[in-house]
Amino acid sequence: MQAYRRIEMTVGAFVIVGLLAITWLAVKVGQVGGLGESGYSLVANFDDAGGVRKGSDIMMAGVVIGRIDSVKLTDNDHATMLLRINNDVKITEDAFASVRTKGIIGDRYIRITQGMEEEILEAGSEIEETESAINIEDLISKYIFSGKE
Amino acid sequence: MSELTIKQSGPAIFLGRLGRSTLRGCEQLGDATMLGFHALSLIFSKPWQGKHFVLQLYALGVGSLAIIVITGAFTGMVLALQGYYTLAKFGSESLLGAGVGMSIIRELGPVLGAFMIIGRAGSSITAEIGIMRVTEQTDALEMMAVNPKQRILLPRIVAVILAVPLLVAIFDVVGIGTGYIVGVELLGVNPGAYMAELVAKISMHDMYGGWVKSVVFGFLIGIICTYMGYRAVPTTEGVAQATTQAVVISSVCVLIIDYILTSFFL
Repeated sequence: MQAYRRIEMTVGAFVIVGLLAITWLAVKVGQVGGLGESGYSLVANFDDAGGVRKGSDIMMAGVVIGRIDSVKLTDNDHATMLLRINNDVKITEDAFASVRTKGIIGDRYIRITQGMEEEILEAGSEIEETESAINIEDLISKYIFSGKE
Repeated sequence: MSELTIKQSGPAIFLGRLGRSTLRGCEQLGDATMLGFHALSLIFSKPWQGKHFVLQLYALGVGSLAIIVITGAFTGMVLALQGYYTLAKFGSESLLGAGVGMSIIRELGPVLGAFMIIGRAGSSITAEIGIMRVTEQTDALEMMAVNPKQRILLPRIVAVILAVPLLVAIFDVVGIGTGYIVGVELLGVNPGAYMAELVAKISMHDMYGGWVKSVVFGFLIGIICTYMGYRAVPTTEGVAQATTQAVVISSVCVLIIDYILTSFFL
């Protein structure tokens, strides 16, 4: 019986180690949301989301301050994003949101630049000033055609 | 005597053999599925097999821990080494963490983990059950009104289904950890970049992919290895052959199912 007790304890330890590994992977690496999602959400409309997806980073001054909750097409012509911003970050009412790229071939992210106003945005309100993704092909074609005129 | 043998042409013999082996394969597949699910269906019926389940989890799960840690460690290390030299050509060493993590979590953890568990635990399941058949222990159990499917097969199948995901998770963590040691400590990748890229590039979806695979592999290994042992020809050669076949068939099945799962579901 004593031997069986020891086996039981070893198995218990094994299961705990395995579960700890799963939890670490889920919480630390997988960034599972779920339990009491922190932060508040803001809305922003873009003419061109340019490949920003659910889970993309939101950065301010190069620091990650939140993640994209959802990207949807609204009124058949522009993209509406739900931005989840960490609670300790306050964003001014005239802040500016733009779609940017990390490096040359990197991911798309949303950059938020603070404005001058003292007022800060409440949860659920909209960032009015937005700038869509810069499309290199558009820029090149614009350059070529403007040269011809 | 010569009148009794039926003359057959070459193609007829070939077709006959092909048909026979196909039918035999289907028969075995059906038999294995029936046996496995029959054993699993007894999980809630009395007597409760908790003690045997714990003993099997100890033998199959805890017993495979060392080999899983060693395999995981060296897989992570070699991935970091190989990945570094490939990525360094493009000047993007900072993606090393993402590369190591992605390949281990999505692919190598479940598959290599399953292979090690087949070699370590699967073969022992088949050999053990096969020898029980040879020494007529299963018949003895039946004489005592103990259902051998419930007493012998069920705890082993359930223990493997549970042990594989746990072992694969340990494999993943060890692999990422040793990848970090080689990448950051030996090759000088930025420690922040390693973890940050790993966290940024791997989504919950990749995790689910790895877990679904490991549970399915556990199921496959459990069913195939118990079946091969239970239906082994009850001779010394029969058990030896069944053990070899169990390892070969489970390994091939893991590879095939891995491709199917990756392409269709994940």
